[in-house]
Amino acid sequence: MALDDSKKPREFKIVGTRPDRPDGIDKVTGRARFGADMVAPGMLTGRILRSPHAHARIKRIDTSKAESLPGVKAVVTRVDFGAVPDHVADIMDNCMAGEKALYDGHAIAAVAAISPAVARHALKLIEVDYEVLPHVTDVDEAMKPGAPVLHEGRQEETVPKGMSGNVIARAEFGHGDIEAGLKQADRVVERTYRTAATHQGYIEPHACLATMGADGQGDLWVCTQGHYMVRNTCAAILGLEQGQLRVTASEIGGGFGGKTTVFLEPVALMLAKKSGRPVKMVMSRSEVLRATGPTSSTSIDVKIGMTKEGRITAGFAELRYQGGAWPGSPVNMGAMSGFAPYDLENVKTVGWDVVTNRPKAAAYRAPGAPMAAFAIESAIDELAKGFGLDPLAVRLMNGADEGTKSSYGPTYPAIGLKATLEAARKHPHWTAPLGKNQGRGVACGFWFNFGGDTCVSLNITPDGTVTVSEGNPDIGGSRASMTMMAAEELGIPYDQVRTIIADTGSLGQNEVTDGSRVTFAVGLATIEAARAAKREMCRRAAMIWDIDEDAVEWEDGAARPAGPNAGKFPPMTIKEIAAVASNTGGPIAGHHEVTAEGAGVSFATHMVDVEVDPETGATKILRYTVFQDAGKAVHPSYVEGQFQGGAVQGIGWALNEEYIYGEDGILQNAGFLDYRIPVASDLPMIDTVILEIPNPGHPYGVRGVGETSIVPPLAAIANAVSAAAGVRMTQLPMSPPRVLAAIQADG
Amino acid sequence: MSRIHVTTKINGDETEFLCEAEATLLDVLRDELGLTGTKEGCGTGDCGACSVTVDGRLVCSCLMLGAEAEGREITTIEGMATGETLHPLQKKFIEMAALQCGICTPGILVAAKSLLERNPDPSEEEVRYWLAGNLCRCTGYDKIIRAVLDTAADMRRAS
Repeated sequence: MALDDSKKPREFKIVGTRPDRPDGIDKVTGRARFGADMVAPGMLTGRILRSPHAHARIKRIDTSKAESLPGVKAVVTRVDFGAVPDHVADIMDNCMAGEKALYDGHAIAAVAAISPAVARHALKLIEVDYEVLPHVTDVDEAMKPGAPVLHEGRQEETVPKGMSGNVIARAEFGHGDIEAGLKQADRVVERTYRTAATHQGYIEPHACLATMGADGQGDLWVCTQGHYMVRNTCAAILGLEQGQLRVTASEIGGGFGGKTTVFLEPVALMLAKKSGRPVKMVMSRSEVLRATGPTSSTSIDVKIGMTKEGRITAGFAELRYQGGAWPGSPVNMGAMSGFAPYDLENVKTVGWDVVTNRPKAAAYRAPGAPMAAFAIESAIDELAKGFGLDPLAVRLMNGADEGTKSSYGPTYPAIGLKATLEAARKHPHWTAPLGKNQGRGVACGFWFNFGGDTCVSLNITPDGTVTVSEGNPDIGGSRASMTMMAAEELGIPYDQVRTIIADTGSLGQNEVTDGSRVTFAVGLATIEAARAAKREMCRRAAMIWDIDEDAVEWEDGAARPAGPNAGKFPPMTIKEIAAVASNTGGPIAGHHEVTAEGAGVSFATHMVDVEVDPETGATKILRYTVFQDAGKAVHPSYVEGQFQGGAVQGIGWALNEEYIYGEDGILQNAGFLDYRIPVASDLPMIDTVILEIPNPGHPYGVRGVGETSIVPPLAAIANAVSAAAGVRMTQLPMSPPRVLAAIQADG
Repeated sequence: MSRIHVTTKINGDETEFLCEAEATLLDVLRDELGLTGTKEGCGTGDCGACSVTVDGRLVCSCLMLGAEAEGREITTIEGMATGETLHPLQKKFIEMAALQCGICTPGILVAAKSLLERNPDPSEEEVRYWLAGNLCRCTGYDKIIRAVLDTAADMRRAS
């Protein structure tokens, strides 16, 4: 069968429309089953005992009283897990403390009991002797020689001798000669910026339900961004064979990167194994805030030189990210991404990965990038404003394009940065008048996007309707986009396809739902699976017509003779071919397995108007517009939704959200009352402009859209607040007291 | 520990249950009665995912005891559609993509329905303040607010 691979712009019938999502009715009626909604016969309640100290040696744990409490069926500590493979050692340590408690909220022990009340009582009966140790929660403090050290022997060779043991790694990116570039500048801005740790803030707490037999077979129901990752990680920790552990993903109530690792799951399996009963574990909101997520707090030095015409002559940034109690902060992605929107001759970034007595940082939507963009885009704005230049024009003058050597190495193919800037310049928002105490800010953002291991299986039923099985939880409409791409490729109506999220026993390995990869990579695999099924259906038609396979083509949901020479046969629809499949070789399916590459980088420009109350320092967002390249928007409503959601998480990060630690190293705001995420009354509508610069790496041109949208807002809002308040804000969040203090200090 | 016997009406059905004295209405709905459409996002009345109405009044079911349901009429998300027929808000939320992950959706729908029963013609600001107790982390609220305003307009036209 001949597939049309011509380069002419493709006309879509379904892709680009806005059908109802297939999981919609379940989710508006309460039928959809999320992590905590599952039950099993004989189920126990699992609960975790958590450290009340930021840093302490665990000298002794006595669980005997808890074990003898009636109704307690299992108690677990680290001893139960024994030694685990190196690649999961830190994850194990985070799920259940070993020799030391490393942060407030670190898991120490767990129980499974016949009721929540008995489980809670049992936790109180566990005796732990702690030797409290000095702690450190601030990234700059943790880097000082003499700071309390969390781990011995973890420092990598990239770190110069004499630095604190908390400094784990140093990395460097860039090209050119910074000093030479700075000499060509008419002005150099050098500033230090700081951002607070923020949490992903998904509304659904972590939850799972585990069963584990003595035969080594286990089943796990879990809310996660990647059930294959859960399977592989838990199997490694518990010493199981991956094929013996079946993991089923529940509906997922938000993740934003925070559900790309495990916290409860290995513990639940161990409790289930010891008790011989199903064990359900659900975190409270305070456990979520104390012991999962968050992202790094950061401290970033930036030095940028610019000519008076607006050309950036050199860009340098030194980024320090604390990633909580184990190595692995997203500093390198910050260091790689911060200058990525620009075409620079001289650019260099240095990243430092630092550990502190805080929960281990988890991925958070474009991990590491928003903070770097905040620092760099703020400095660029300050330079542009200082020369009286238009900040969009300065970004266009320096903007990266096809052929630009990026700040992190690769040379770009077709990209959409300048399209977003041009769209921003033409938008009525850019020229709308501003009132007193109001300011407008703009900023650009970049994200890499990702592909990765992906499997899709597409089956044609006997009545000719289609089922698609994929392995990535639907976190915001991906069933809809897969259904649309399958229907588009097969040439059949949207409602003739149903997409399901298969368990780990049903498909091969699938990378987690991360890196904005699903619409790109799973979409690509879905299209390829549909093409495989089309080829097979053409082959069946050829067999029935007794003509050559190559003489059959697929169009509008039917096999047809490819031309007048092929013979005269009426088209055979998918339904007609499916109905006789048993006589032509059996059931028809297509599948595709791939390590997807060519994800296609993504850029955005954000524009925001704010009003700052000079009496209180409070900031109100007045107007917000997102301009972003989607490659090809499969379901534009959900693309807009990603733009809007990312912008609003960024608004929270910029204005309100922060992890607040006391001198004692205890998290002081572990609840949604004090860790305040944006609410409806804080916000205006979030306008969106979708640009479509096709990604050459995807059959329909799709780029990931989920993460880029959180990269520019921190800087865009800081630039707007700085303009409104008349003073440059260099620290997040720009909470009312901080803005007021800056206004007053400025006199 | 003795359990409390409660007689109440849930989504129009006479319902009896036994609950611990400290059990919240949310615990009872989810764990005793299997009505898991009502979600727990915080357990402290800050997120609104557990919104239900009690005698027509919008409450966070995590802040009310199960025993307090005695003699009351409770409505949950499971009572919003009539058979196969969705409530106009439910239909509009799907049509306008006013949900992404869907965990906050039941609470927001219950709260929005309660608003429209009181005020069939709310302004954007009134919708934003009414829903300020319902956290959504995915959508940035834009499509939710539009869906509520649009539904209100449709319902006014239909009545």
